[in-house]
Amino acid sequence: MALDSRVPEGPIKDKWTDYKNKINLVNPANKRHIDVIVVGTGLAGGSAAATLAELGYNVKAFAYQDSPRRAHSIAAQGGINAAKNYQGDGDSTYRLFYDTVKGGDYRSREANVYRLAEVSANIIDQCVAQGVPFARDYGGLLDNRSFGGVLVSRTFYAKGQTGQQLLLGAYSAMNRQIARGKIEMFNRHEMLDVVIVDGKARGIIARNLITGEIERHSAHAVVIASGGYGNVYFLSTNAMGSNATAAWKIHKKGAYFANPCYTQIHPTCIPRSGDYQSKLTLMSESLRNDGRIWVPKNMEDVMAIREGRKKPTDLSEEERDYYLERRYPAFGNLVPRDVASRAAKERCDAGYGVNATGEAVYLDFASAIERYGEEQAKIHNLKNPSKEKIIELGEKIVEAKYGNLFQMYEKIVDENPYKTPMMIYPATHYTMGGVWVDYNLMTTIPGCYCIGEANFSDHGANRLGASALMQGLADGYFVLPYTIGDYLADDIRTGKIPTDSKEFDEAEKSVKDRIDFFVNNKGSKSVDYFHKKLGKVMWDKVGMARNEKGLKEAMAEIKQIREEFWKEVKVPGNADEMNPELEKAGRVADFLELGELFAKDALMREESCGGHFREESVEESGEQKGEAKRNDKDFAFVAAWEYKGEPADAVLHKEELEFKDIELKQRSYK
Amino acid sequence: MNLTLKIWRQKDSNAKGQMVDYKVTDISEHMSFLEMMDVLNEQLVNSGEEPVAFDHDCREGICGMCSMYINGEAHGPDRGVTTCQLHMRMFNDGDTITIEPFRAAAFPVIKDLVVDRTAFERIQQAGGYISVNTSGNTQDANAIPISKHAADEAMDAATCIGCGACVATCKNSSAMLFVGAKVSQYALLPQGQVEAVDRVQNMVAQMDLEGFGNCTNTGACEVECPKGISLDNIARMNRELMKAAIK
Repeated sequence: MALDSRVPEGPIKDKWTDYKNKINLVNPANKRHIDVIVVGTGLAGGSAAATLAELGYNVKAFAYQDSPRRAHSIAAQGGINAAKNYQGDGDSTYRLFYDTVKGGDYRSREANVYRLAEVSANIIDQCVAQGVPFARDYGGLLDNRSFGGVLVSRTFYAKGQTGQQLLLGAYSAMNRQIARGKIEMFNRHEMLDVVIVDGKARGIIARNLITGEIERHSAHAVVIASGGYGNVYFLSTNAMGSNATAAWKIHKKGAYFANPCYTQIHPTCIPRSGDYQSKLTLMSESLRNDGRIWVPKNMEDVMAIREGRKKPTDLSEEERDYYLERRYPAFGNLVPRDVASRAAKERCDAGYGVNATGEAVYLDFASAIERYGEEQAKIHNLKNPSKEKIIELGEKIVEAKYGNLFQMYEKIVDENPYKTPMMIYPATHYTMGGVWVDYNLMTTIPGCYCIGEANFSDHGANRLGASALMQGLADGYFVLPYTIGDYLADDIRTGKIPTDSKEFDEAEKSVKDRIDFFVNNKGSKSVDYFHKKLGKVMWDKVGMARNEKGLKEAMAEIKQIREEFWKEVKVPGNADEMNPELEKAGRVADFLELGELFAKDALMREESCGGHFREESVEESGEQKGEAKRNDKDFAFVAAWEYKGEPADAVLHKEELEFKDIELKQRSYK
Repeated sequence: MNLTLKIWRQKDSNAKGQMVDYKVTDISEHMSFLEMMDVLNEQLVNSGEEPVAFDHDCREGICGMCSMYINGEAHGPDRGVTTCQLHMRMFNDGDTITIEPFRAAAFPVIKDLVVDRTAFERIQQAGGYISVNTSGNTQDANAIPISKHAADEAMDAATCIGCGACVATCKNSSAMLFVGAKVSQYALLPQGQVEAVDRVQNMVAQMDLEGFGNCTNTGACEVECPKGISLDNIARMNRELMKAAIK
């Protein structure tokens, strides 16, 4: 099947408006006869469910957590971008569009990104109307901060809990519709397959995680909003339950999976401390507004710090290497995430890591505390304030901005980041790749949509900070509710989709068979054993830097782990009860397939772009020496993989990327 | 360190539960409490026993899913943290740790340490929202200035993670801190004024219907709240309720 992106004709700035004017609509009276399933209730799924219900559709929403409010969007910290230009610093829809395409290393679809930038301002208006308490200045107007990879302040925030507040906004909109009966909410339910009838997505099979009951749910369309697949690495900043099962199931039923190798390794996470570790914790990118990243210049100091003979605060300015400021003077500590992560890895690989594992760099707030303190002293009209007073005043400002993050750090590491620099290291955070969708956000299965992090669409090979929240809400509030109407307009006479068809029988049987296999296998090793093993292969060979040899090994090793998994996995307990080990088994089984496709995609893409860094493809001379080298001639396409049984047999389909409004060029943050 | 754990085991909501003793060894002080539970569960799986079911997800203190009652305190002995942020450095070698589910009539046990908190969902559905449809033509976000003070106070109330520690720790199993926080967030913002009367009345009525107890101003909820939600929010909710009664 040829890939049709269905991008409308016309100038980029008119595409979305013209398109909305021409698509089919469903009359309000007919909407009540149409059912839509939404899987996942994070920012994308929650906002979509609420909006579809407001429009009049009957929505069934599914979450594996005990409440929609607990989806992992809740953990997003720093902020949400919008081209409001409230700061008057030259921001515009075009500039947000440009920054996003450039930040994504020219591997995203122009028309989708422009639409995202276009609706971004509406998101802020909508959220304020819902009562989201964004940070404000003393004049009562909304405040902004800066994020990596841009030269304007366009990020709106609610302390370090922006994702929480935006999700609670979407959740409150959902609650209003749940109360009206327009959303039927299924908490503690997990989707285990999609049901396809006459070539269209017409329902799902779900497991009630409390009783273990397998349920059939039908609808006229199915929306997947189940987030990313970062947990394929075992250790990531994702929630423990974050999984790729819904996305992978639709892939196996015909939805192409795009660019799986585009993964974001976030530069500022708390370093790993031991083998027992279950997850990694992000320290928001917003900290790079005020924090300066460094390692010691001299190896003697590195050793002295590791052995506890010196403290970081003992080192003078001259003894420190602020390597981001040194290498990238224009963007400094605010380079995009992929660049910052690789720079940290480069220093640590060279031996300058500052903790026992050698995998940590400093994020230092001392100069910001002093700067804010001096400013406060002036505001309060203090004459010749003491150094202690300045620091006290400065710490208050830093606390107001990042207090919850500092507290989180202190609780985990047991060190006070106001007094000594934080230690950070990159960790898997977000996946730009995902299910392939067209301009309507529909997958290659008719009637099956995919939104938010679960799809591949807007961030290319690297996502800029504060853009995930923007995309999730854009898809859910402002894009999908329009585009799905165009499809559903043909279904006004279809009537309820029956669940007693042979398609439902078959899907339910395959789900039940797999569950029965797990609880009866009586193998010798726990699910986590396999997950950790997979994660190690992914991190070592498909992590921040990749090469042909490593990727080939990774594919073979993952296949081997998968085969062992199906022989030796042990799942205690029964199928007809709450059984967290059984839930994990199903998710890890899917990760074991996805991981191999991931490595295959990385092997095929013989260029470095965004978060995907191939050691064979670097600039060898000139100003950009050592930086990632893209190959636009051969690789300016979306790699969409078609499932053919074994992941290694997946077939590649290319969607060529056209850049009409932005000139393709080397990213430079120098 | 080596520890003895006394854990509540209960097969399902209808079964009778009991405390069961377990031993764990070589626990690092840098582990989080839940990582210690992972070690125990791995041990149980490997020896063919059923692991202990407990709720958890984000493991960074924001989703509100984890919910253990540890040595008689919701989220354990540390302050300002959820169980997933509690670290083993708070304990000593040789300690016996008692681990129970959050207990309240309105939070029935589902299995082991997992409880049903959907009563909170129904309270929010009764009025925890502002009735505004999604559209591309909502008024500009800066059209109504909101004082920084009010916005910050609304934010402080809105940081509630809905974990239920306030209920679990209250001798009356009262949910007033939770409901007060939600009512306050909207009461402090101009957008929340239009529905203020119905909101507070409906949410409080639903709270009572769910079987939560009343507030007797002990203040334990504020102490145990991982997000430091202030008792002021309960006072504000009571004021809103009084105002609603005379309107």
